[in-house]
Amino acid sequence: MDKMFFQMMKPELILTGLIFIFLIAKIANRAEDNKKFLLFANILLILNCVAGFVWTPDWSKGLMQGVLFDNMYHTTPTLILEKNILNFALVLISFLSYDWLNRGKNTSEFYMLLLSSQLGMFFLLSSGNFLMFFLSMELATIPLAALSNFDLDRPKSPEAAFKSIMSSAFASAIMLFGITLIYGTTGAIAFSDVINNLMPGSPLQIMGFVFIFVGLAFKLSLVPFHLWTADVYEGSPVPVTAALAVLSKGTFIFVFASTLFTVFPVFFGGWERMLMISIMITISFGNFMAVRQNNLKRLLAFSSIAQMGYLLMGMMGGPDYASGPTAIVYFMVIYVFSSLAMFAVVALVFDRTGKDDISDYKGFYQNNKLLSWVVAIALFSLAGIPPTAGFFGKYFLLTAGAARGDYYLLAVACLNMIVSLYYYLRVVKAIFIDKSETPIEKIKVGTLNATTMAICCAGILIIGFSGDVFEYISGFFMN
Amino acid sequence: MSLTLLVLIPFLTALFVIFCRTNEQVKWTAFIGSVAQLGTALFMFFDYTMLRKAGQNLQFLYEENHVWFKSMNINYHIGVDGIAIAMILLTALVVVAGVLVSWKVEHHTKEFFLLLVLLSTGAYGFFISLDLFTMFFFLELAVIPKFLLIGIWGSGRKEYSAMKLALMLMGGSALVLIGLIIVYFNSNVNGQHTYDLIALSQNKVDWQTQLIAFPFLFAGFGVFTAMFPFHTWAPDGHSSAPTAASMFLAGISMKLGGYGCLRVAVYLLPDAAQHYSWIIILLAAIAIFYGSFATMMQKDLKYINAYSSVSHCGFVILGIGMLTKTAITGAVMQMVSHGLMTALFFAAIGMIYERTHTRDVAKMGGLLKVIPFLSTIFIIAGLCSLGLPGLSGFAAEMTVFQGAWQRPETYARLATVLGCASIVVTAVYILRASGKVIMGPITDEHHKHITDAKWNERLAAILLLVAILAIGTAPFWLTDLLNPGSQEIMNQITAR
Repeated sequence: MDKMFFQMMKPELILTGLIFIFLIAKIANRAEDNKKFLLFANILLILNCVAGFVWTPDWSKGLMQGVLFDNMYHTTPTLILEKNILNFALVLISFLSYDWLNRGKNTSEFYMLLLSSQLGMFFLLSSGNFLMFFLSMELATIPLAALSNFDLDRPKSPEAAFKSIMSSAFASAIMLFGITLIYGTTGAIAFSDVINNLMPGSPLQIMGFVFIFVGLAFKLSLVPFHLWTADVYEGSPVPVTAALAVLSKGTFIFVFASTLFTVFPVFFGGWERMLMISIMITISFGNFMAVRQNNLKRLLAFSSIAQMGYLLMGMMGGPDYASGPTAIVYFMVIYVFSSLAMFAVVALVFDRTGKDDISDYKGFYQNNKLLSWVVAIALFSLAGIPPTAGFFGKYFLLTAGAARGDYYLLAVACLNMIVSLYYYLRVVKAIFIDKSETPIEKIKVGTLNATTMAICCAGILIIGFSGDVFEYISGFFMN
Repeated sequence: MSLTLLVLIPFLTALFVIFCRTNEQVKWTAFIGSVAQLGTALFMFFDYTMLRKAGQNLQFLYEENHVWFKSMNINYHIGVDGIAIAMILLTALVVVAGVLVSWKVEHHTKEFFLLLVLLSTGAYGFFISLDLFTMFFFLELAVIPKFLLIGIWGSGRKEYSAMKLALMLMGGSALVLIGLIIVYFNSNVNGQHTYDLIALSQNKVDWQTQLIAFPFLFAGFGVFTAMFPFHTWAPDGHSSAPTAASMFLAGISMKLGGYGCLRVAVYLLPDAAQHYSWIIILLAAIAIFYGSFATMMQKDLKYINAYSSVSHCGFVILGIGMLTKTAITGAVMQMVSHGLMTALFFAAIGMIYERTHTRDVAKMGGLLKVIPFLSTIFIIAGLCSLGLPGLSGFAAEMTVFQGAWQRPETYARLATVLGCASIVVTAVYILRASGKVIMGPITDEHHKHITDAKWNERLAAILLLVAILAIGTAPFWLTDLLNPGSQEIMNQITAR
């Protein structure tokens, strides 16, 4: 129990502490004073986010990886960066759910579940062992399914929860089978031992790998394992949808990249092609389905499927191409800002008016000018239009995708950007161009909501221009 | 003098516009910003000529190079040569005229001028970039403002046109992107991949890569310049757009494509350009011929000018495809000339439309009697379009044809002849339209009481007119400006 232990486990320890604090607060807060409690919770989360940046392990002694509990838990500077990004997203999600939570009940449960899920994600990122990997994945996904059910009086909410839990259980089972096969053939569950015992070309191991790949693909909702996504996105309360889209997807993309690169690099020749095909299908299918949607949340669900496809292009450069993982993390930061800006507005509008169809947004600009611009900036960033950061993020991902000369993939991804622009512009058109007899009334924006939007928009507009952010992230992968 | 000023002035103008309170303030801010920009552009033009006279023989002047994304070897690298200076002058002129013409926009004034200024930022940045990434950034920056400009302030089938334009231009830039990344990964300058235009021109990518990348780049930029068969966005987009946006679209935006074809596709991939030359010439010939005949069928004034733009931009492509020095100079001249002429034409059409509330040729007549100034402008723009000597169109088209005839191959000759022949068709539709609209008896009673141009409209028209006359009567200042640039491109082509 030395200093290094606390430094390395800091994100997880703080989260565990917070969960207990919220548990106690639930008991102490008998009067259900939501306002006070939310203030308290938000301050704690901000502190948690700040704490991620201070008192980090001292990497200067040439140690690039910290290992604990007999290789069960490991951490690296990159992982700490990724955890900080997730912590930051958590703060924004907490901000944008303020209005919704303020009216509702069981506020502290919301935070407990959300933080439990976050804790699972952190352990998942840091796991150095398949056992740990599986356990933390369950911890990450099951609370999210409970959160989907949080709107108790809306029938769609339990439906979403049920779909979410069923699909994630299914995915877990498949993955567990894969892990079993790997264990059976290598006799190891620790990543470091598995790597040494993998034999390229062993059919059982490849099968095991494919099952693990499919399990992760379920979580990332890559096509054809995406079927749960749209319903869950639509049915869940919007803040939960935001958490699903940003926290869960973000974690799994990091995990996906690190698992494939660190545990299964010997199969690279095999999974490169597999990944390429699934990216192509995911991007195309996600985009074409998004075109047909009339519900804004469903549209965002399908667009997020396509975005995941773009994100995975960062892996196509192979283990030696450092700009690939950099582009993934960089785009993830941008994706946090862009999609949370979008969800902030959607949550607000849905909270006040109960409307979430694209046609409901007709003439939105007449009464809500600033909100409209927030949506426009967020959507342009998602579509990859300059000067927003999304342009830079996508550009680098596309570059990474072509680094090994996969020009077909590049062509498919680029041409899909036209399709994606079409459905994003449909929303922009509804807001700015279409006229409506009964446009949505002027919506009063609360302080925290406004803060979220301001932070997100500032992030979207600044991150791209300053090459420093990219270089900062790139510094983690260069050595 | 810092070249970044050219991007900074519109950007600051946009910022000021955001914080303006009244519509008057917005208009004046935009106007002052655009005039300041014109002043900068003019100053740069004179300074550039002086430097050249003084014996400065670097290829690009006013170079600036800042690191942007170090690990990707992406730099903010800018600099101009004569060709870029000409395009910047054109842009500055059209922007001032566009702002003046939009004086009457009352609906969402602030947003309108904000988007106009943003659009021009993209254009300026594009013309001064010497780094392909920077260039692409500015190219895409200019797409979305067009969508909103047409969608919100347009007329007719505006939603359809705006969407079509945005998606097709996005498709164009997607093609460009594919080409750029292919070039990037096959480039090797000191062991690094690069986007730098100068470095790439000195270390050409290999033959195989050129063959793959060239179609993507040329077709991608070709979409922007309405090259056949990617021209379909142009007529709809131009005719649905509000006046200033039409002027920007035809006057500036289409030139982005032409400039890109020349500067990126032909300059960096010269061997492939020679290989594919016949296809370019073929497509250009089709565009010229098809465009002019399609124009004959139009009854809407804006559609007339839009289709004739397709035909005129065909000359640009034709000049580029011929790959001779004179032809390339002619192509750039045609870009400048067409930019000015079409902006003037769209301005005249827009002003007439504001007064008569119709653009249908059949419903107008005898306008010269009621609005002499606007009618004169209209006729002059038309005459410039059909290539009357003394106006810019003649000088430009003549140069293109002269350069084109230097190519001895039969198909090139044939294309040149076709191009020349199309001028006759141009004369038919221009004279027919102006004869019906301007001359003859007044057909509509309501048109008897309309008023002539206001000060702002007169100023805009005169500004463009002066430039057209300056090129038409004394084209040598322009050719002298362009020749070193096209010589550089020719050196690249002949050095195999």
